[in-house]
Amino acid sequence: MTNPERGRSLLRFAAPQNFYPLAGRLAPWFAAIAVLLTAIGLWIGFFVAPTDATQGQVYRVIFIHVPAAWMSMFIYLVMAFWSAVGLIMNTRLSFVMSQALAPTGAMFCFVALWTGALWGKPTWGAYWVWDARLTSQLLLLFLYFGFIALTRAIEDPRRADRAGAIIALVGAVNVPIIYFSVQWWNTLHQGASVSLTKAPSMATTMLAGMLVMAFASWAYTLAVVLWRVRPMILERERHTEWVGTELERAGKLSQTAGGRA
Amino acid sequence: MLSTFLAVLRRDLLLAWRGRADVLVTLAFFIIVVCLFPFGVGAEPNQLRAIAPGVLWVAALLACLLSLHRLFAQDYIDGTLEQLLLSSEPAALWVMAKVLAFWLSTGLPVVAVAPAMGLLLDLEQGGLPVLILSLLLGTPILALLGAVGAALTLGLRGGGMLLALLVLPLFVPVLIFGAGAVEAELSGSGAAAHLLLLGGGLAGALALAPVACAAALRISTD
Repeated sequence: MTNPERGRSLLRFAAPQNFYPLAGRLAPWFAAIAVLLTAIGLWIGFFVAPTDATQGQVYRVIFIHVPAAWMSMFIYLVMAFWSAVGLIMNTRLSFVMSQALAPTGAMFCFVALWTGALWGKPTWGAYWVWDARLTSQLLLLFLYFGFIALTRAIEDPRRADRAGAIIALVGAVNVPIIYFSVQWWNTLHQGASVSLTKAPSMATTMLAGMLVMAFASWAYTLAVVLWRVRPMILERERHTEWVGTELERAGKLSQTAGGRA
Repeated sequence: MLSTFLAVLRRDLLLAWRGRADVLVTLAFFIIVVCLFPFGVGAEPNQLRAIAPGVLWVAALLACLLSLHRLFAQDYIDGTLEQLLLSSEPAALWVMAKVLAFWLSTGLPVVAVAPAMGLLLDLEQGGLPVLILSLLLGTPILALLGAVGAALTLGLRGGGMLLALLVLPLFVPVLIFGAGAVEAELSGSGAAAHLLLLGGGLAGALALAPVACAAALRISTD
């Protein structure tokens, strides 16, 4: 950044040595935004939003459940996007991004299933039903597990990157097929209450709480992924000069901090 | 181009014929898995009849899954795969030939004995033609999707389990429409929609899977 001739384009951050400090600088901001929005969202969800006429207090789980379900699907798409970019443009950072996203996606997927089970027991009378949306969410979790397992099982990072990218893309092609086939198979889940084309069938405060929580999940994801990307970059670039100087600098910093303490 | 396809097809079929025991093991596995269900859920004919389409389909799916590792493993070890990848022929073409040979040697025998196993589970005879048709359309999709997984896990430690984790979620739509076709036929609503969807899935898999599989093979042998 001290050298203006290195191109002002955003593309320069595709280089790991430029992205590494950027990620370090952005992550705390996103973390702060995530904490703030979560606090606001939960406050709206638990204190401002009215009690649901038919479901009572139980419905309040949607403030976590719906954003988590949205994120779990969205993160898979982003993962597939970075995988495609990596395969097409041959950029190493893209593969790192998609691998850093996977655990967070799997986590959101699990949270959506877990909170859904907690909501299902009082509402449907069962923790789990083989309904279309639940089942496709479960299969999405398996797709995440497959991606994570494959990329971890291959030792050569080059092969792991590309193999993971292929399975992410194959999964992305299959996600809609799985979704519609399962829908055909069985449907019990209530229809989507939020849609872009028609007026939402819920109170504005409920919608607001849910959207704030969704933005909080976005910020959380960005923060966690940026944090996860940094050590991955260092590990992969360990043979380069800039990582050496970077680690030396970090070592000195922690030494002076230790000396002061 | 056709000659390459036929040469690879003939070679793989010949290899499968010389190693007939492997093919028979797959078939025996399919039969035994189906026979386990009455022990597990009880021999009540009504119950067996109700679960028969699903059991037959799950057993066929598992038989395909467990034989998938054979698809590329031998060629990978003895270097044939590398030679094939180095050749100037389009990789998707001979991948398709290998998958076809694989299906002919493992999928088709399973389809052939499935009606007999259906009778064991007291499946109504009216459902047998649809069962055969759904398996004929569905098992090639399993082989094509599985080939991508097999190519990606080539030579990995614990590859078998990993392969199952990778491809089983992708098999679910095939299972739904395959078993669903038989159930729809038996319930009187007609299996046409299910079979058409399976056919569409097969066309899509035929177009996309060999290319993905070829790319995966290049990555794995790099």
